[in-house]
Amino acid sequence: MLITNIESVPGQTIVKHMGLVQGSTVRAKHVGKDILAGLKNIVGGELKAYTELLQDAREQATQRMIEQAQGMGANAITNVRFATSSITAGAAELFVYGTAVVIEDVNN
Amino acid sequence: MYIPYDILIIIVLLLLGYGFGQLAEKKHYRSIRQRESQFEDIHVFSAKTLPADWQLLSTQLVQGNVVVSVDYFKRFLFSLRNIFGGRVEAYESLIDRGRREAVLRMKQQANELNSDAIFNIKFETSAISRGLSSGLGSVEVFAYGTAIKKALD
Repeated sequence: MLITNIESVPGQTIVKHMGLVQGSTVRAKHVGKDILAGLKNIVGGELKAYTELLQDAREQATQRMIEQAQGMGANAITNVRFATSSITAGAAELFVYGTAVVIEDVNN
Repeated sequence: MYIPYDILIIIVLLLLGYGFGQLAEKKHYRSIRQRESQFEDIHVFSAKTLPADWQLLSTQLVQGNVVVSVDYFKRFLFSLRNIFGGRVEAYESLIDRGRREAVLRMKQQANELNSDAIFNIKFETSAISRGLSSGLGSVEVFAYGTAIKKALD
């Protein structure tokens, strides 16, 4: 599965548009990690637990989007966008969407 | 003799925040500058269109994210600044560190794929609130783009 965030796949031609595909996940943070992050907040710097949490969540959302595209028979997703929204204090939704397409190598 | 423990705790936190916060920031900036020069041959564009004469090998989405937090001392500075308004330098450096770090992580991914350039970079910044009382404490910066690998001419 080829994923780009531009309108086309460079070097390939889009032969068919399959429509919108999306994936989302809502994650809450672990209390223990939250306490550690609270301590880290005193001295500042990177909160690695949160970085990893959000990264994992984005990967899962992307995976769901890819599964949806595969179900449609697409072999690439173009124009991918990410969105993050905090639902309540302590939980965030990671959302990713794009257009599923079928591509062919331009040289063939 | 009466000792105001709560004020004592705040002073200790301020000193801790100032000392370790400054140290951590200097260290982070050193590492940012070092990696920026390491990856300087991977060019990043916000344009969507590629040069027409490029022979392309591969395309791949790359991304980088980081959650950075401001220290206790800077948060205190901000609460003072908030009274009169104006430029909040304490938070400017926080966001700057976050953005540069996110771009570097994205470039690191592109480097592992042996990419030559990244097109259509998008930034996303979201505040991670820790309760209402603490206000803006930490911020997540996320950067993503399309990494392009060129065929050798």
